[in-house]
Amino acid sequence: MSSCHGETPGSGLPRAGLLPNPNILPPRPPGERPIIVAIVGPPNSGKSTLFNRLTGLRQKVANFPGVTVEHRMGKAKLKSHQEVFLVDLPGVYSLVPRAEDEQVTHDVLTGARPDFPKPDAVILILDVTNLGRNLVLAAPILSLGLPTLVLLNMADDLAQRGGKVNVAALSSELKSPVALISAAKGTGIDSIQQFLLGTAARLNAPPTRIELPVLQDVPTCRQWAANLGKRASYRPPAPPIWTRRLDAVFLHPVAGPLIFAAILVAVFQSIFSWATPVMNFLSASVESSGVWMKHVLPDSPFSSLLIDGVWKGVGSVLVFLPQILLLFFFIGILEDSGYLARAALIADRTMAKFGLQGKSFIPLLSAYACAVPAVMATRVIENKRDRIATMLIAPLMTCSARLPVYILLIAAFIPNIKVLGDFLSLPTATMLGLYVLGFAAAILTARALKSTILKSKNTSFVLEMPPYRWPTLQSLSLRLVDRAKVFLRRAGTVILAVSVLLWILAHLPLEGGKIPTLDHSFAASIGKAIEPLIKPLGFNWKIGIGLISSLIAREVMVSTLGTIYGIQGDEHSAGLQAALHHDLSTAGAIALLIFFAFAMQCFSTLAVVKRETGGWRWPAFQFSYMLAMAYSGSWLAYHIASHFLG
Amino acid sequence: MAASPNDKPPASHQSLAELRTGQRCILDRLDLPEDLARRLMELGFLPGNEIVLGRKAPGGGPRVYRVDGSEVALRQETAAHLYVRRDPESDLIVLS
Repeated sequence: MSSCHGETPGSGLPRAGLLPNPNILPPRPPGERPIIVAIVGPPNSGKSTLFNRLTGLRQKVANFPGVTVEHRMGKAKLKSHQEVFLVDLPGVYSLVPRAEDEQVTHDVLTGARPDFPKPDAVILILDVTNLGRNLVLAAPILSLGLPTLVLLNMADDLAQRGGKVNVAALSSELKSPVALISAAKGTGIDSIQQFLLGTAARLNAPPTRIELPVLQDVPTCRQWAANLGKRASYRPPAPPIWTRRLDAVFLHPVAGPLIFAAILVAVFQSIFSWATPVMNFLSASVESSGVWMKHVLPDSPFSSLLIDGVWKGVGSVLVFLPQILLLFFFIGILEDSGYLARAALIADRTMAKFGLQGKSFIPLLSAYACAVPAVMATRVIENKRDRIATMLIAPLMTCSARLPVYILLIAAFIPNIKVLGDFLSLPTATMLGLYVLGFAAAILTARALKSTILKSKNTSFVLEMPPYRWPTLQSLSLRLVDRAKVFLRRAGTVILAVSVLLWILAHLPLEGGKIPTLDHSFAASIGKAIEPLIKPLGFNWKIGIGLISSLIAREVMVSTLGTIYGIQGDEHSAGLQAALHHDLSTAGAIALLIFFAFAMQCFSTLAVVKRETGGWRWPAFQFSYMLAMAYSGSWLAYHIASHFLG
Repeated sequence: MAASPNDKPPASHQSLAELRTGQRCILDRLDLPEDLARRLMELGFLPGNEIVLGRKAPGGGPRVYRVDGSEVALRQETAAHLYVRRDPESDLIVLS
């Protein structure tokens, strides 16, 4: 393994603030472009804090043409009244250009971007509390041969938590100036001034050569960094005091699992109780605005399309936005605070019993909101078979798209009687039962998959425990805006299109120039075509139309029924619930609930599984096994329920 | 045996799984499939690095290890394949 051996003779060993300046050359002749210094560092190393401190408000944010990656430019005034341009490059762990931000940083530093001059010097900022990992970036940066100042940030943290490092030894190993600083507190900033002053002089100096490891091989780089650390007597700090204190509680043998359970219950409880008033308000608004539009717009097929097809269709789905956002808000807090990793740790033993591992817990929890981000979250699982198994079962968790259907059917068919006094009513118990059913189906399927087609010899569980942090409002709101966008886009495109298509199918073919009754429409023909298949489950052709349209997305079921019954002109807007009783027995409603619990009715999920597994094989398997479960499950439910309910 | 600092110490037969919470040790070698060993090395489980044994997950689940400034959780069956040396000089129990 190659690394840098040998001592540097001479070079008056630098301390923080006293930097070696071995190659003093005359300053650049006037008229040349200003000196540019790039600030480079891994994410969260304090790069931006340092940049702000050095430039004050003299900075602007810009995008490189053709990429979405941002960089910031600013001017730093030196004590000699010279000005230096600083550029804050995207945070990276390596210069291997895999992602866009690595590509940008790589191209700027090597002078490969035609629109940006090659920097004259580099300030490399590293988080000294995690030097082993951060120092890996020093190898590719130093190999650029530019004058480089290595800043070890968070020096105050290091000292507080019992870590240490010998700056002089590290500097002589790296043959570059090294300084301990705290960008947040502003200590050690003087060393930067000195470096920048020296940069004007040190330009065009021949780079000092040190031996560097092969850059692409991560373990080799880590070993190189570890050896460097050892020669610099680096002692990593203990975890932050609050992380140790919180872990003493959250990972406590008794309190830990209890808190874990309490958090899960609290999250789901508050989703239902907090979101309900907002949802009621929204659905009332959709309803009353529909009535208002009916009054304002002249009565025509077009206004019917607008109100019954578009507004009621999309509106019935929009109502669920608050609940979805609330769930993502809680998951965001759990994830950003660092608790989710502890939850995965606690869950590991239980998940292992079903052939999975603790890391599967994180995607499965997100799947309660939506299976699409859950499938993407399976990327944290290294073992390919574990990952596929988690993807395959994720859509069985009760996602928020099922809620509209559950709420409608439960409200319409399950009588509001008390099961456990005031504590639990039958509708709530049914809802809980459906959540449990989805979860049980998921883990039993996992067990079956992992002991057959996805058997793997030994599953490992390797998970980094991040220190606890306060979740930031910025990161939380970014998540929510993201989710809201995805949801609204879906409501505005897929659900809108399905609603309009359904409205058209329900209004054609014209009978003697007139709109047909629903019975004679194209939609009815389609529903009646599949009626023989679904009759054994207790569903008629109207439910059949809903089942077909909900293959696109589960919540479309509600808008479809809204459209169907809207067309039939139910004057007493006792609404959908009452209308459903014409077409569905209670046993049929129970069967329909079971069908929705198991069936894979979500095109977006299938598409993302296809993307993540690289083919249609797994999504096709997923669709088939879930449909088989849904069909046999609801057949059983219908027959059992019919027997007991008469 | 003349112990010059560059000599490799004798291979250890004690595994990480056998040590107690709070103990320090030096990682000697990883006896694991290559991809898993690689992943662990990327996280700082490098021969020669110091490891401090942290908490166990409730109910005898995975254990947390402090290595190279981070905390990483591993199952016991994985830890049983990481062989360690105990350095009498730094073999202290670290409290919390």
